Amino acid sequence: MSFIERSARGLLLTEILSGMALTFSYMFKRKATINYPYEKGPLSPRFRGEHALRRYPNGEERCIACKLCEAICPAQAITIEAEPRDDGSRRTTRYDIDMTKCIYCGMCQEACPVDAIVEGPNFEFATETREELFYNKDKLLANGDRWEAQIAANIAADAPYR
Amino acid sequence: MDSLLQPLFDAYPWFEAYVWPTVVTAFLIVVIIIVVLVFMAYLTLAERRVMAAMQLRQGPMVVGPFGLLQPFADGLKLLGKETIIPAGANRVVFVIAPMITFLLSLVAWAVIPFDIDMVLADINVGILYLFAISSLGVYGIIMAGWASNSKYAFLGALRSGAQMVSYEVSIGFVIITVLLCAGSLNLSEIVMAQRTGWWGGDFGWFGGWYLFSPLAPMAVVFFISALAETNRAPFDLPEGESELVGGYNVEYSAMTFALFFLGEYTNMILMAAMTSILFLGGWLPPLDVAWLTWIPGPLWFAAKIAFCLFIFIWVRATLPRYRYDQLMRLGWKVFLPMSLLWVVVIAGLLMAFDLAP
Repeated sequence: MSFIERSARGLLLTEILSGMALTFSYMFKRKATINYPYEKGPLSPRFRGEHALRRYPNGEERCIACKLCEAICPAQAITIEAEPRDDGSRRTTRYDIDMTKCIYCGMCQEACPVDAIVEGPNFEFATETREELFYNKDKLLANGDRWEAQIAANIAADAPYR
Repeated sequence: MDSLLQPLFDAYPWFEAYVWPTVVTAFLIVVIIIVVLVFMAYLTLAERRVMAAMQLRQGPMVVGPFGLLQPFADGLKLLGKETIIPAGANRVVFVIAPMITFLLSLVAWAVIPFDIDMVLADINVGILYLFAISSLGVYGIIMAGWASNSKYAFLGALRSGAQMVSYEVSIGFVIITVLLCAGSLNLSEIVMAQRTGWWGGDFGWFGGWYLFSPLAPMAVVFFISALAETNRAPFDLPEGESELVGGYNVEYSAMTFALFFLGEYTNMILMAAMTSILFLGGWLPPLDVAWLTWIPGPLWFAAKIAFCLFIFIWVRATLPRYRYDQLMRLGWKVFLPMSLLWVVVIAGLLMAFDLAP
């Protein structure tokens, strides 16, 4: 009996047909992919992307050259030089991040006591040369100015969990 | 046109007898080739889009609206690339092989009827011609595998040769069952026979198609054999990319590769056309009612081919590849006895009820 049943199923292609019905039903489902450069997926507020140096609302840069980020950086990607400014406050004269070394672990932003260095939501900063990935202080501050709105929103969204 | 050329015909009888028919035939050949190649170009796009849809992807959609220019972009890219001939290859055979594949896939279209009296060569043994041409297709692949001087290409060609030979046997028997019912080897007459239905009497609707007759199991066997014959999934062992890198065309690049690709896809369309002619009533509309008969025959034929090709793609998106021994088992131990038995059954039915044409 089981032989007859098995042969009948095989000859009538029941299993192949049910499989094909399944793939056919998938044709009309929502696509799992997005049209990337035009559509983007959602990002968590904790997303760790391109680095930025932030400023206070009055325009003063936040970084106080404590060098905690430089110390904690496991990839040793950060280089900082500092000396007192004319008004006596301590500021960096050099703040470099080698983005080719960076592993995007987020330790620098965890270590920062003044929320100066952060990893922003931007992940589209591919370049054509390595040199362009050696970020200096100007580049990082420019990033901060450019992404400040989103960075501030992300920090506010994540604040209740800290 | 003929009346315009009448003075010329009168002055030179040989012009009317030889030159003019040649010109007309050459023109028709070019028309058929262009139509088939455009169909083929969009088959590649359709395959990518349909497979993408079934896999919850989008498929090519950037080049032109809905990706409609993608096939031409692909073609241009292949044209612009360098044809690399491997150092150890047999240069002449290496270059000839893709040409043969491509040529054979186009030559077969000579006998395909697109509508009543709309066929390039209305020969009486059309189906045998088709069978012969599709059997010759294996030469291109074997030559490619041999000339490449590469173990993967050679293995792919061997597999392909064995597979195509095995499945041609059952295709042959399936064709015989159809011939028994239609009573002719001429493709146009096979289609017209489906107007009346296999038991005779003027039917005039899809009930007469051989798919809806005792031949139905043979339609399935034919279609599955066609999948194997064109090296399509789930029988794509000859080009199994996971085990043979790319099969018989690993060593090919640029235009030589494009010719293989064109040949393969044109062969798919040809097999779909054969399925339509043998089992789906060729250019006949499904119902003999006014608004359906207004649609020209070639469009019905194209629609039926497109339907068959959709199943080709659908099967590819659904089924995993057969193991080689399973493939051979299916060909020799399932399809061959089944089609042989069905030849006897159909012949018996036709004789018993005196239905033989």
